[in-house]
Amino acid sequence: MSRARRLGLVLVAPALALLVAGVVTTVVLLLAGDDVGAFWDVMFTAPAARNLSNIVNNAVVLYLSGMAAAIGFRMNLFNIGVEGQYAVATFTAALFAAQAWLPGVVNTLATLVVAMAAGAAWAGIAAVLKVTRGVSEVISTIMLNAIAVSLVAYLLRTTGERQQQTIETRPIPKDSWVGGVDVFSGSTTPVHGLAVLALLVGIATWFVLGWTRFGFDLRATGQSESAAVASGVNVKKMVLASLLLSGAVAGLIGMPNLLGVSHNFGTTLQVGIGFTGIAVALLGRNHPLGVAFGALIFAWLNEQSNPLGILAGISNDIIFITQGVVVLSVVIAYAVVQRYERRMEQRHVMAALERAGLAEEARA
Amino acid sequence: MSTTSMAGRRDSNSRVTKVLDKVRETRLWLLLSLLLVTMSATRIVTGADDLTSAGTLQAALISSVPIALAGLGGLWSERAGVVNIGLEGMMILGTLGAGYFAYHYGVWAGLLGGMLLGAFGGVLHAVATVVFGVDHIVSGVAVNIIAAGSAGFLAELLFSGLEGGGPTQSPSLPKPPTITLPGISDAARDIADQGWFLVSDLAALVASLTTRMSVVTLLAIALFLATAFLLWRTSFGLRLRSCGENPQAAETLGVNVYLYKFVAVTVSGVLAGLGGAYLAMVASSGYSNGQTLGLGYIGLAAMIFGNWRPGGLFLGALLFGYTYAARLRSGGESVHALLLIAALALLVVAVWQLSRRSWVGGSVAGVIGLAALWWFTATDEVSSYFTEMTPYVATLVVLTVAAQSLRMPAADGRPYRRGTAG
Amino acid sequence: MTTTPEDVGAGSTTGTVAVALRDIGKSFPGVRANYDVSLDVASGTVHALCGENGAGKSTLMKILYGIQKPDEGTIAVAGEEVSFASPSDAIAHEIGMVFQHFQLADNLTVTENVVLGAEKLHGIGAKAEAEIRRISDSYGFGLDPDELVEDLGVGERQRVEILKVLYRGAKIIILDEPTAVLVPQEVEALFRNLRDLKREGHTLIFISHKLDEVLAIADEITVLRRGTAVATVKPSEVTARRLAELMVGEELPSPSTSESTVTDRPVLRVEDLTVHDDSGRVVLDAVDLTIHAGEVLGIAGVEGNGQTELVEAVIGTRRASSGVVRLGDKDVSDWGTRRRRDSGVGYIPEDRQRHALLLDSPLWENRILGHQTRAPSVRGMLINRGGARDDTKRIVDAYDVRTPGIDTTARALSGGNQQKLIVGREMSGEPSLLVAAHPTRGVDVGAQAAIWEQIRKARHLGLAVLLVSADLDELIGLSDSLKVILRGRLVSDFDPQTVTPQQLGSAMTGADEGAA
Repeated sequence: MSRARRLGLVLVAPALALLVAGVVTTVVLLLAGDDVGAFWDVMFTAPAARNLSNIVNNAVVLYLSGMAAAIGFRMNLFNIGVEGQYAVATFTAALFAAQAWLPGVVNTLATLVVAMAAGAAWAGIAAVLKVTRGVSEVISTIMLNAIAVSLVAYLLRTTGERQQQTIETRPIPKDSWVGGVDVFSGSTTPVHGLAVLALLVGIATWFVLGWTRFGFDLRATGQSESAAVASGVNVKKMVLASLLLSGAVAGLIGMPNLLGVSHNFGTTLQVGIGFTGIAVALLGRNHPLGVAFGALIFAWLNEQSNPLGILAGISNDIIFITQGVVVLSVVIAYAVVQRYERRMEQRHVMAALERAGLAEEARA
Repeated sequence: MSTTSMAGRRDSNSRVTKVLDKVRETRLWLLLSLLLVTMSATRIVTGADDLTSAGTLQAALISSVPIALAGLGGLWSERAGVVNIGLEGMMILGTLGAGYFAYHYGVWAGLLGGMLLGAFGGVLHAVATVVFGVDHIVSGVAVNIIAAGSAGFLAELLFSGLEGGGPTQSPSLPKPPTITLPGISDAARDIADQGWFLVSDLAALVASLTTRMSVVTLLAIALFLATAFLLWRTSFGLRLRSCGENPQAAETLGVNVYLYKFVAVTVSGVLAGLGGAYLAMVASSGYSNGQTLGLGYIGLAAMIFGNWRPGGLFLGALLFGYTYAARLRSGGESVHALLLIAALALLVVAVWQLSRRSWVGGSVAGVIGLAALWWFTATDEVSSYFTEMTPYVATLVVLTVAAQSLRMPAADGRPYRRGTAG
Repeated sequence: MTTTPEDVGAGSTTGTVAVALRDIGKSFPGVRANYDVSLDVASGTVHALCGENGAGKSTLMKILYGIQKPDEGTIAVAGEEVSFASPSDAIAHEIGMVFQHFQLADNLTVTENVVLGAEKLHGIGAKAEAEIRRISDSYGFGLDPDELVEDLGVGERQRVEILKVLYRGAKIIILDEPTAVLVPQEVEALFRNLRDLKREGHTLIFISHKLDEVLAIADEITVLRRGTAVATVKPSEVTARRLAELMVGEELPSPSTSESTVTDRPVLRVEDLTVHDDSGRVVLDAVDLTIHAGEVLGIAGVEGNGQTELVEAVIGTRRASSGVVRLGDKDVSDWGTRRRRDSGVGYIPEDRQRHALLLDSPLWENRILGHQTRAPSVRGMLINRGGARDDTKRIVDAYDVRTPGIDTTARALSGGNQQKLIVGREMSGEPSLLVAAHPTRGVDVGAQAAIWEQIRKARHLGLAVLLVSADLDELIGLSDSLKVILRGRLVSDFDPQTVTPQQLGSAMTGADEGAA
């Protein structure tokens, strides 16, 4: 089957999913007695420069979260613990950067490394449990999420400094900050300087997965563990590597915000990014480019729905329903498309062989 | 090549299983007795009275029911071969359903409403996995996302204007009736208050069971018994379990595998929904955002711990429920005492492993055991940040220790399409 | 009601027609499994369906049993036209099927497996057990209703399958390749049971590609080739050779090898190898063997006697508890699979779909599988796409892999072509040792001949081959030396030039009944 045809099939699924989500959202709003017209008005208002900045910033964060999940998914490992890994890593990074053991930019770079290491370590706990005792990573990472919340709160309490109503870590010295970039002129909020991280992660993932031996081993294990084992892959090492990498990327999620905007870790940490990241990964079918589109779509949905409460009197929680329906529809659509693809492929092979005059034997 | 493997668990009515079951049963009773004695001794030694107080045990029972119901839901689904990670989401829908229907239409409507909404979540998962063949875990995660989002939106919609309610919580809900056996209850309480070794603890146990026992708890226990009967003693149950063991074989014998899987997953949604309703109505005073706190997943862990059988599942749920409750009442003290038990247990395991030359296992257990012991002696009580973690750490520990000797249904989690038989 | 069938050859001369198929056609995506198939099965007879792998026999029977619906054609049972929507309908018409791959749930008992779907007949408790015991006793099956299927041997499992069918009152019993997993002595026992059933008035449809067995048991034989029925004959009218020619449409190639190419340079040495399974049982017991360059060592044995574990221990996917594995001069006992394969071991696994292929990946990516550390697929740490693609094209040409291109996914190829690709891939690594487990299982005759030829050629160039197979002809034809594995031990040595299938069979079962 031609690549163009394959690509077309793959795009049908998310398009369909968005359509279905739109329909379901409308129905829900109707049943709730909300103003459907106003909803669509607000959603399709052209975003201002400020909104565009926010969308990009949000998309960057969601992209990192999505890629963290996607790396695991490629190996059939469900790292639901992105949330916890991100919290642990962001806290550790904030603490480290504030110590300023290293000067300026070096400190910044070191902080990024520390964040990745911390995220990897937290994911590593689940990895070790899976590899040594066969504990399902789905449950263990979820448990670790809950543990992380308490642990980080405790550590913040003991190492943080009290501000008026909140506790925060000591601020990072100015020369380690990463300034914003004014991509959209007229916007009051700049785009995160570290947005480039998203690009780097995407390119690195694409390259490693598609062009390196390690990436081949990883994809093979995800497709068929039995075949990978017979081909010489050490599955335990793969599971470890995959979860560690996933955790490392998860560690980067908080970095654009930490080093660019907030400069310390406080009780105002964004929650829910881990789960939205999983949704974005599923939407993007775990592919670096797909996840990017997914992140942009979700970020756009989030931003546009912010003023729903004020402008249309609708609770902006509705957008979570939309996002949830998108995810469920898209995974169903992908499952259907995959089966259809396979049948088409077999038909195509049959036809091509008959054309070439090589009759294919019947299969019992 | 005929061999009878004594290792591993079996799941059927064979003679061998019956004998193994008896052995396991006796061993279980011994372990439980040992546990009771240990807890009692620890209580006296550490002075953590709430470790085995009637109040704590009651709270433990109440905390364990939602876990048990979620786990039971997981059991139904996995016995038919479908992994159900979406239990958490179905439970959330259950809490919401209870919040709405109980407030407007009364107690029983609340329970039914919770089950209905849970069923809705179950149907979503069933459609995705059984009809469309989506990967089970992916579908479960998607269902969780929808459920969480819907609950948030609907809560604001349904509860904002109500008195006592708000955008993230419902007003107080009517409580289902409870049963108290006055004579026994009072007597037991008296004995429990005396603080005597073992006797008082047993009395506390009796007291917790005879004081304000919610009717819904009894319903849950009845559901457990019904499940055990239905799944292991009826044709319906045999067919359902065959779908989880070898769906292709079942298909060749004319069993409609799709139907059984669909029913099983929907039932799992109903049970999780009931668990949510219980959570909102009995364990708490109403619906509030995010109140499930991972209980759905802990229910799955209880199911794994129970080796996919109702009896073991219930025990696991009690265990996890206890860790939930222990931190609520004088949490710091109780968890501190639990540390001692954990430390001693780990050291025993370490010695046993080392004696069998399992160096790695033994040293790991030993190091953690010593660390726990040091923590115990170095502090008087455990800070609330850490008591919060207790149920989750307990889940991890239990899964880690129990993992190897368990056996799940043979075709659990594997995608099934009709016509692939032969 | 006597009907004279219209097809070529013979016809049933007595009694009624139990099953009449007319113009049956069935297609799957990319494959035309059956077309224009017509045949009559006389009641109270054993009717055999012959054909090579992929001729359409199983599909036809699945249609008769209601698992598939025909695209064209009609089915008549006892004179009445029927249409089956599911196996339940077929069962209601007294048709039962014993599948080639047993449809049994390991974790359930014999009783539970038998009563599944037929609980209304005798319940699921004591009454059902009594009935099972009755059937088992009257045919001498020797089955215990309470036993877990997991604990049963191959022969016993097959008898459970037959019991399932009898329990439901089947009068017409379809057996799909029932002797595929049996040794000659067990085949005899099975045939005794089948003759008893025939005497009781049952009609048996027997699918097989083992021609001497077919000639021994059948009253009538229908030959399928490429999806359609080409002849219906009586055993007295044909020889095995003639049947084979009908099946293939041309002369059958034989796997016999001519002159010896065995050298005295050992390539693989296994010394005192012992392997335990997860529950501590011994599955390989102090096994010793040596294979020299240019030698094919065949291992014969009933499934489940340790051959799989032997292959896994040699290839490195299973840890041995004790003993040594040597490749050439090196002790590789502690080496992982990758290292062993890199040092010149090729591997054709028993189950190609699970162990040798990435079904949803294109062919050129499958070329890399198992060879991810060497040229031409790899350059340093990176994948060499160009190199892999070029080499895949070479293999497709050299090994006659029928595919429109190298971007086709592996799943879309037929079994024979998949296997040819795998053989081509493994040979490309220029291995010194080839571990081949059931290398022509489920492969059409053309591909089978091609694969045998490739092995012979490589052997001539000094390749050492460890050949595990259930196809006695393949073993006898390809091997230079032949050993039998029984209960984890290598028990007998045979000379392939002089051994008979009966001798092999005795050694494979240990010559004491009920051993497997």
